[in-house]
Amino acid sequence: MNVQKMIAPHIAAVPPSGIRKYFDLINEMKDAISLGIGEPDFVTPYTIREAGVYSLEKGYTNYSSNAGFIELRQEICNYMERRFNLLYEPETEVLVTVGGSEAIDLAIRTLVSQGDEVIIPEPSFVAYKGCTLFAGAVPVPLRLKAENQFRLKREDLEKVVTDKTKILIMAYPNNPTGAIMEYDDYVEIVDFLKDREIMIISDELYAELTYSGKHVSIANFEKMKDRTIVVNGLSKAYAMTGWRIGYACGNRYIIEQMKKVHQYAIMCAPTTAQYAAIEALRNGDEEVAAMVNEYNQRRRLVVDGFRKIGLDCFEPLGAFYVFPDISKTGLSSDEFCERLLLEEKVLMVPGNAFGECGEGFVRATYATSTEKLIEAIKRTGKFISKFKK
Amino acid sequence: MDNEILHILSKNSRLTNEQIAVMLGKKEEEVTKAIKEMEEKNVILGYPALIDWEKTDNDIVSAYIEVKVTPQRDRGFDEVAERIYQFSQVKSCSLMSGSYDLFVVVEGKSMKDVALFVAEKLATIDSVLSTSTHFVLKKYKDKGVIFNKKHKDNREAVVL
Ligand SMILES: Cc1ncc(COP(=O)(O)O)c(C=O)c1O
Repeated sequence: MNVQKMIAPHIAAVPPSGIRKYFDLINEMKDAISLGIGEPDFVTPYTIREAGVYSLEKGYTNYSSNAGFIELRQEICNYMERRFNLLYEPETEVLVTVGGSEAIDLAIRTLVSQGDEVIIPEPSFVAYKGCTLFAGAVPVPLRLKAENQFRLKREDLEKVVTDKTKILIMAYPNNPTGAIMEYDDYVEIVDFLKDREIMIISDELYAELTYSGKHVSIANFEKMKDRTIVVNGLSKAYAMTGWRIGYACGNRYIIEQMKKVHQYAIMCAPTTAQYAAIEALRNGDEEVAAMVNEYNQRRRLVVDGFRKIGLDCFEPLGAFYVFPDISKTGLSSDEFCERLLLEEKVLMVPGNAFGECGEGFVRATYATSTEKLIEAIKRTGKFISKFKK
Repeated sequence: MDNEILHILSKNSRLTNEQIAVMLGKKEEEVTKAIKEMEEKNVILGYPALIDWEKTDNDIVSAYIEVKVTPQRDRGFDEVAERIYQFSQVKSCSLMSGSYDLFVVVEGKSMKDVALFVAEKLATIDSVLSTSTHFVLKKYKDKGVIFNKKHKDNREAVVL
């Protein structure tokens, strides 16, 4: 039997992510600095780790209810209200998932049928497209523009909406661009969407990492709340990537259906991590604030540093990424990243890994120590100077 | 802004004023002026490095010493504290609440060196009633920094 032939074509057709080669290159290098990592450099705050350990010592090792411990769902609701002014019912409108990743997958699978279109503003985190294809739906890229600071504009949205559009993905603060959407930016989008039958999946994993006042969710608009599934999680804000806790909040009928899929595929999110998450949401606000303050200092350092060495860099106001324009060097994103790594031992991710329109840009993470960032900027400056006339 | 500068310096005093200014979104002159003022007001007293001497070939023995004293009329504990902290062997000296009065950190080349200092210099001061010496055997954490544990970056090199 040809086993390969047995693989479903719509799975086989999705290409693996294109950054494998950087991985192999950097693993052979000494003192390379990676700015290619999409996760916090902080270790999970000790009080949170300790809560997980304590639950194990007590022998709390069973399944939770499918939707997650009710105490955790209650804490999530308290948190969403306290931080973002969003009200949800813990019994019916919240589902605890294995990272935000699972919530994204569940939301897409629960909403789309064959041939439905999912609008994905790009450059974008890679999971939306993959999940859309795996679900048999059609990803429709929407090209965000650097001159709009990668914010979504009504005119761009109008161009891609069809009568097959089922979902619009919103992902602010954004990976990879660091862009955010402010209240005023949403007004025209909400006005356009309010009479259309389009659901929104709003990936707000980086909501805490907003450096210009308060995070705004599209669900903050009354007309939008019921048709928006807010995805969030503890990975980025609490430095808890490996614990795998995320959640979805939204309309009870949709959450109920997502829960069904989750129940059969996953059972429940890991319970040690759920106990830790309860502690995080209950007592972690100060720890989060301290980390956000630190990211903000590094953000300024990196933006300033890149600009001084001659990279055009719009000011990112969210997440922990900068997305400089490298087209002046005459290199493609891929060439830039490969040569920067080989010649100066600094790793960044080519922008086109996040969609075609990311070509001409690179993503650099500042979730790395100040000392390393300063050194990485110095090395990148040396590299850039080779292209100055 | 002062507090933010202090927090940054307390973690890494080798950053330049310009770098600190960028990190805080301020002008370099503002930061320079603020640091100068804090130095003049003795808010910032110095910029020493935190060193694990055990890893060097310097022999250094530290002891924490509880000292009971009779406070002096009018001057309370300050006078006797001053007589103690002027010795170069004394690295730190604090007035405490609780069952003793002064907490003194002494460093010397050997246990004998330290013990002799306590016996000959500290215990013999008039208002000192008693001393109790505790030698440090191993330091795990100091000034918020964990010794002997270099934080390793365990993250995968590329995560999208
Ligand atoms: C925009 C965005 N959404 C979701 C995730 C997934 O996070 P998790 O599954 O750890 O919650 C990531 C991780 O990189 C991300 O960048």
